[in-house]
Amino acid sequence: MTAITEKAMRTIFTLCGLAIILFLVGILYILFSNSMPGLTELGIGPFFAADRWNPGAYGEPTYSLLNMIYGTLMVTLGALIFAVPTGVAAAAYLAEIASPWEREVFKPIVEVLAGVPSVVLGFFGLVVLAPLIARTFNLNSGLTALNGAILVGIMALPTIITLAEDAITAVPKEYRHASLALGGTRWQTIWKITIPAAFSGITASAMLGMGRAIGETMTVLMVTGNMVARPESFLDSVRTLSAGIAIDIGDVVFNSTHFHALFVAGLLLFLITFLVNLLADILIQRKPEVNK
Amino acid sequence: MKAEVLKQGIAVKKHKTSEWHSYELVGFWALRLTLVLVLFILGIIVFDIVSKGAGVINWEFLTQPPRVGMTEGGIFPAIVGTFYVTLITIAFAVPLGVGAAIYLNEYAVQGKFTRLVRMSVRNLAGVPSIVFGLFGMAVFVKIFGFGPSLIAAGFTLGLLTLPVTVTASEEALRTVPRAYREGSFALGATRWQVVRTVVLPRAIPGILTGTILGLARAAGETAPILATGAAFFLPHLPDSIRSQFMALPYHLFIMSTQHHAISQVRPIAYGTALILLVLVCLLNLAAVLLRKRYRERVAKGL
Repeated sequence: MTAITEKAMRTIFTLCGLAIILFLVGILYILFSNSMPGLTELGIGPFFAADRWNPGAYGEPTYSLLNMIYGTLMVTLGALIFAVPTGVAAAAYLAEIASPWEREVFKPIVEVLAGVPSVVLGFFGLVVLAPLIARTFNLNSGLTALNGAILVGIMALPTIITLAEDAITAVPKEYRHASLALGGTRWQTIWKITIPAAFSGITASAMLGMGRAIGETMTVLMVTGNMVARPESFLDSVRTLSAGIAIDIGDVVFNSTHFHALFVAGLLLFLITFLVNLLADILIQRKPEVNK
Repeated sequence: MKAEVLKQGIAVKKHKTSEWHSYELVGFWALRLTLVLVLFILGIIVFDIVSKGAGVINWEFLTQPPRVGMTEGGIFPAIVGTFYVTLITIAFAVPLGVGAAIYLNEYAVQGKFTRLVRMSVRNLAGVPSIVFGLFGMAVFVKIFGFGPSLIAAGFTLGLLTLPVTVTASEEALRTVPRAYREGSFALGATRWQVVRTVVLPRAIPGILTGTILGLARAAGETAPILATGAAFFLPHLPDSIRSQFMALPYHLFIMSTQHHAISQVRPIAYGTALILLVLVCLLNLAAVLLRKRYRERVAKGL
């Protein structure tokens, strides 16, 4: 009896582990199998053509994802320009300078920030930030790429802070001690020793923040205005890949070309974030060298 | 040795200010201000939503369904819907997540396969939520034939929270000292007996933390439920797992972007945002405190 239970439990737990891999492969498979009919019907070209995403058009529907890719790039890069320096600076402070009580208080607060639902942030962007941007830049509407970039940056901050702090903390004490013993000041130690030693971890934190920014859906859906035209500047309305899927997913006709085109967008989004996360993963696994 | 290091640490702390050159103090304050800026941003968001949302919230708002084309009344069905869908999420994600963690930490021989599983967990955590929505729509709604329903949305959210549950459960299992397992094995216990009677009971607080964190994540997500079961408005509460449902985050989305009289229903949107924010923050706070307590207990070796 015991032997049977043992075997059964081992099998069950192994299956749970296997299931995780299967889910990831399953997602990739579903994205592939549902976008294939679209890709074979239209070819890859139309998805990257210079026209617009307009699947509902009479006669000649077009399925170009190009402008949405621009939108995603703008929002993501805009977010990172602001979130990476801020996040790394905050992490450096938390890891190297903050007193224990500051850490005790600030770290949970950063975690709370990570927990703010994206739809709540989107709502804030819609009712507070958008009017502010419209007034500042004299626009008719504040629903712009800038708005999305700021909010997505805020969303990515906790990820960057937490992981960069982990990376900085993981730098061996000996490095700091050696630098201080040689007469380096704490400032020099932070900038010349600790941060460079934690560089791969910090880069990884930025990459994971980027992964979050690329995939972020509700916030951008609510604050960027979702125009499919080619954006010219950060004060233009943009539609990102994720928001583009979210807008159409509710009422798309099952198994239509439009349906398959949405999966092409999803597949593209999946592949981009997968690559970004994979790179981050490789960087994180690379621990700083320690000579003991 | 430990005391020695501790003393050094205290000595460094005491001399802190004198160690900073004047130009370095500028840098020091710049870094501190950056962190304060981050907290300030969070403060503004919370303040805006609390100050404008608090006035709307009363007993009626929490216990009544929307009325008059959703321009009056409360958000009761959305609260109930979110509660139901997170229950299904937990039922899906927790057994599977804890099971996978037990496999990784207690059963598996560490090697290529476990590395692959862990890599999958990390990559699953990075999949955009709208992609989970697409997957849920294709698999749970269409292939499994659930239709847009509580169960389809719950499973989709379950997949999304799985990485949180696995990671937290694994951390919890790792805190159980190796000696406990070895002691039990030495007494002739089988692996499952060790896991069931020695490891799991001590890992429960950690697993609970992971469950709460996953729950908080699931309760606030909107994109995965857009096409898997969330409804604009329903006159009655869901009566089975095959019913569609209203959910707090989706309701907030509707009330702030899709409603026909957006400025008129703005107070309701603020109230919904506040309830959602409070719900998610309370869950996160509970998880953070719980984790802190058991980490301290582990550090003390109790």
